[in-house]
Amino acid sequence: MIPVYLPLDSWAHRVPAGFKLVILALSSVLLFQVVSVWVAAGAFLTVLLAYASLGRAGLEQLRLLKALKLFAAVLLIVNWYNGAVMDGVFAVLRLLTMVLAANFVSVTTRMDDMLAAIGPVFVPFRWIGLSERKPALGVTLVLRFVPCLLQVFGALREAYRARTGKSSSWRLIGPLGIQSLRMSDHVAEALAARGGAEGLARFTALAGATGRSERVSKRRNDGI
Amino acid sequence: MTDRSLVQIAFYAALIAVLGLVPKFDLGPVPVTAQSLGVMLAGVMLGPVRGALAVLLFLLVLALGAPVLSGGRGGFAWFYSASGGFLIGFPVAAFAAGFVMRITGRLNILVSSALAAAIGGVLVLYAFGIPGMALLGNMTFGQAFSFALIFVPGDLIKVALTAVIAQTIARGLPSALVSRS
Repeated sequence: MIPVYLPLDSWAHRVPAGFKLVILALSSVLLFQVVSVWVAAGAFLTVLLAYASLGRAGLEQLRLLKALKLFAAVLLIVNWYNGAVMDGVFAVLRLLTMVLAANFVSVTTRMDDMLAAIGPVFVPFRWIGLSERKPALGVTLVLRFVPCLLQVFGALREAYRARTGKSSSWRLIGPLGIQSLRMSDHVAEALAARGGAEGLARFTALAGATGRSERVSKRRNDGI
Repeated sequence: MTDRSLVQIAFYAALIAVLGLVPKFDLGPVPVTAQSLGVMLAGVMLGPVRGALAVLLFLLVLALGAPVLSGGRGGFAWFYSASGGFLIGFPVAAFAAGFVMRITGRLNILVSSALAAAIGGVLVLYAFGIPGMALLGNMTFGQAFSFALIFVPGDLIKVALTAVIAQTIARGLPSALVSRS
């Protein structure tokens, strides 16, 4: 999976992730207080300029607006029907500005920086006796499961094509579910066998304390 | 939370993401994506708490910038778009579906999961999505409601699929139906 992040070296990439998130949250609240369509248009232009400052790759990002065209059209038509075309223009501007601004944060922030920036959200986990590491492990598992699921589906589809000559069928959903769930069972067992979500941290802490890290890493290489 | 639960939660979060990669098909002029099918399945298969957690994990991965929404979209932006209300409603929908699955535990799985998917994945989800559209789009509730109605036929197909999948898995791998065990 390729994240939406753009690997560039711009001014926006150097701004800390937490700061960008705070600005984004503040501006989305402020934009709802705005009453003048000109202020909304100014905000929209500002966001466009921000993309332009990233160069061509930044401007190419603007194609994501295509996904919004149906809703934007409905908005304009409904508001025109209500007799307030300008309200419709205002609502569309606000929508486009917010989507573009939020996407700007995503394309200029690496996923691990983003995870670190929203880390404080998981502090309450500690109060109820859960590990803050679990959300991060969960994210890793999700990112790894996606290609595995696609692989299972690909194999099933090839077998189906060999049997029937057709490319795919809804009937594959059943075996896809069962095979991939079985795979996830194996993953759960493998995780438990390695000491669970906390395993490695406990293991390496112990090894460091007793100075046996070399032997431990050898055992890890052996697949334990 | 055990490690097994964590893996199950991550599995369904990944399933919701994968269903976003399934090409959407058009029912008349209306695009139908498989994404909310994953939400229904998470609730029906995992029960209320783990189902909702799976969806929350999916939203976390989305917020981090992974392209997990239909059409390869990802990142923060989509919480602010027309479908933002639906995204916020996703975890509640999964919770409701899991809850219905639990209280209808004595019905057969096909009926029970269809009921759960319809209440969680359609009724509850729209209760969040429609106000979201009305707020962002400066529409009245009635107008947002009638716009949302065009998606209902597609959602009913997903309800039927959820029920069939839940029953297939309950037969083939009973332990995977966590909500019933």
